[in-house]
Parts: sequence; structure tokens; C-alpha cells
Amino acid sequence: MRILIVGGGTGGTIVANNLARRLAGEVRAGKVRLTLISDTDRHMYQPGLLYVAFGQMTPDQLYRDEASLLDPSIDFHVDPVTDFHLGRNQVRTRSGKTHEYDLLVIATGARIVPEEVPGMSEGAETFYTEEGAVRLHKRLMEFKGGTVAMVVSIPHKCPVAPVEAIFMLHDFFKARGIRDKVKLQYKYPVNHVHATANVARWAKPEFDKAGIEYETLFNVKEVDPVNKVVYSEEGTECKYDLLIAIPPHRGMEMVERNDLAQGGWIPTDRFKLTMTGHDNVYVIGDATNIPVSKTGSAAHFEAEVVAENIASMIKTGTPVREYDGRVYCFIEAGYDRATYNAFDYVNLPELKPPSKAIHWFKVAYNKMYWTTVRGLL
Amino acid sequence: MGQCKVIDARNTFCPGPLMELITYMKQAKVGETLELLSTDQGSATDVPEWIKKVGHEMISSEKVGEVWHIKVRKAK
Repeated sequence: MRILIVGGGTGGTIVANNLARRLAGEVRAGKVRLTLISDTDRHMYQPGLLYVAFGQMTPDQLYRDEASLLDPSIDFHVDPVTDFHLGRNQVRTRSGKTHEYDLLVIATGARIVPEEVPGMSEGAETFYTEEGAVRLHKRLMEFKGGTVAMVVSIPHKCPVAPVEAIFMLHDFFKARGIRDKVKLQYKYPVNHVHATANVARWAKPEFDKAGIEYETLFNVKEVDPVNKVVYSEEGTECKYDLLIAIPPHRGMEMVERNDLAQGGWIPTDRFKLTMTGHDNVYVIGDATNIPVSKTGSAAHFEAEVVAENIASMIKTGTPVREYDGRVYCFIEAGYDRATYNAFDYVNLPELKPPSKAIHWFKVAYNKMYWTTVRGLL
Repeated sequence: MGQCKVIDARNTFCPGPLMELITYMKQAKVGETLELLSTDQGSATDVPEWIKKVGHEMISSEKVGEVWHIKVRKAK
């Protein structure tokens, strides 16, 4: 049985390590072969980018060598996949190799596409890449006062990140002693300050308390970097001195090029996590079109379900469970308070009042993440 | 005409049915019709409000059992 995993981010790494543990005997006996292909030899802890933007982490703290995270029994290749031949159970890589599989797991993630919004690349800062987070930090340190606007594009990774960022901006400028010289403007696409009703219900009074101004039903249409104005699809506009954009996201280019995706996202059964029309292909994490958050948390829970099911099918011939839509996200409410958002397909998130204890747990998790991807947590 | 893409956002909370609709509206061509399935009571008011503000066309909204079926047409 050849199991091939494409993508070495949170989801792919957890699937690989989880399978290596569950199928150790079968791998040793040569009955199962686990292969992971990634386009990079480094693994980034993406939620750390937010802390880089505020000078609380440095970029080197975001990375580990992917090989160091993987069980030694996993055959690891750094060689970007160029072609999927699902009909022939094969993928081809840039080096020209062909990998055959019996089961395929696609965990290729998502990318930002600020270029889809005219003027966004030139006119806005973002913390969704290492370079962007470092540059935003510099801009924030140099900022003397004026309007800082945050605009949120759809779809995007980690739907709570904009809320966290605006609260951290409030505390950042307070700590620098210039909060009274800064106007914080938060622009959000739907009719509430967050897409999830309970998060919005919690965040709105916190915005009011912190003096954060907000406009809802604001979908970014265009940025004018020369005159420093951002325009919405709904016909409104906002002048800014510093613009922070949550850029739109798409699935990976190679997935789109191979016609696996619709609008960038691979059609996936939300319970079984199999690709529509392909029972031996699983899709997890940001690559799917499942209507849950694009986050490492969703990828983590999905990866565990897929690994458990694959292992069980090999051992007993039957899968054991379905993905229930579970996601757990921390929400930083500033520099020293946080809450969390836990939900699944049927249970709404119930937010607790933010506390220092949850914030410190999040700080600890930023380091514990490496045990998560190793499959230990 | 006659073709209608269905966005199944039943039993989902984050990023939520309206976010899903906006995502797919961005990809749709002018004149295309999309049908949103949502179990979120808020969708019945949130979706028409956004459609009106952005200038698309609301076709129908009806509750069948526990599910809202909301049809919209991309107008621009």
C-alpha cells in the first residue's frame, strides 16, 4: 500500500506522522510505504507572523526543518509537484520523477493573492508573509500618528486574525504612548464586526471600549496608493495613512492548473474528506472547499480523522469516524488577554471573557506547536 | 440560464454563510445565479442587506424545514 501525501504544512505533516505511528508495524514489514512531498525543506508556524508584525517574535522563531519534524520511516522529498494524474494514480514532480500511489492525501494549503485587488500590493501592508510581517513591524515602529485602516478581503486564512490584529494595534500604540494620536479604522465585509455571530457579539463592545472605529459591509474593491484611499464594492471609501490589508486567498496554483479546484478550492466531502469523485484521494486544510475556517486548527483535526481512517481501513477494512467540523482558535484580545473560539458543524462557539491565563496558554502553544505537528499533542 | 450554483453553508459558523456567498459571488460571472443554503437564522436578513448595499439582485428567499434557500443574481 503506497500512501502519498502532498504538502508539508500543518495538515500534511500531522497526517504523515500520525500514519507512521499507527502503521509502524506495517511500514516495518514493508506492507505500507509512506511518502511526503513538499515544495520546501522548511516548515513555518504561520500564526507566529502576527507576533512578528508586533515585534514579539523574530522570523527565525517561525521555522523548523521539515525533516526534523517527520518520523524517520517517512520517505520525504523536497520536489514540488507539477502534475496530478488522478486517473492513473500518479503525480509528477519538478525533477521529472513520477510517484505512484494507492492513497493520496492533498494538503497543499492556500496562498495570498493581493494582486487580485487593484492597488493592494502597492498601497497596503500585510502580515500574511514573513517579508510582509517584518515590513509592517518597521512601518508600525516609524508611525507617528494618523489613521491606520484595516481592510479584510474574502476568502482569507484564519478569520479571527483581523480581530486579533486590531486589538494588538490598540495595545501597541498604547504602549508607545501615541494611542491618542492614532485613529484605528476596521473595515469588515459582512454586516457584523466578525462573520461568526458570537465572536461579533463579544468583539463589538470591546471595540467600543478601545475606541476602535468600524464599518461593516465593506468589501475591498480598489486601493489608490497615491492618494491613500481605499474603496469598497459597496460604494464607500476610507482615507488612510497606513493601510493593513488581509489579502484575498486562493488555493495553490498547481492545484488550479491541474483542474482539481473550483475557484481555487478542491471539492471535498465535508465528512469523509475525500475529493468529490475520487474515493482514494483525501483533501485537508486550506486546500478544501469545506465551509469551515482556513486555519491550521481545522487542518489539524481533519488530518487526525484522515490518518485514523486510513490506518483503520488498512487494519480492519473500515474507516472509524467522520470529520465533525471541529475547529479551536485562540483569539488574542490585545497584548495580555485572550479568549478562544471552539465549534463544530453543529455547536456554536461560546466565547469566554478574555483572560491573562488564556493569553499565556496561547504563548505556550506557540512553542508547543512543534509537538502538535510531530503528532505528540 | 437555468444553471444555478448551490453553496452549501448549512451548519457552519466560521467564516459563515454570508462570507461563503461573497466568496463565490466574486468568482461568478455577471448574470449568474447562486443559491445559498444556510441554517443560520441571521442569513435571512444579512444576505438581503448585503445584496441591496452592493447592488446585486435578490431573487428569492424561503425556509424549507430548517434550511434557508436564498437565490441571488450577480448584477455587476
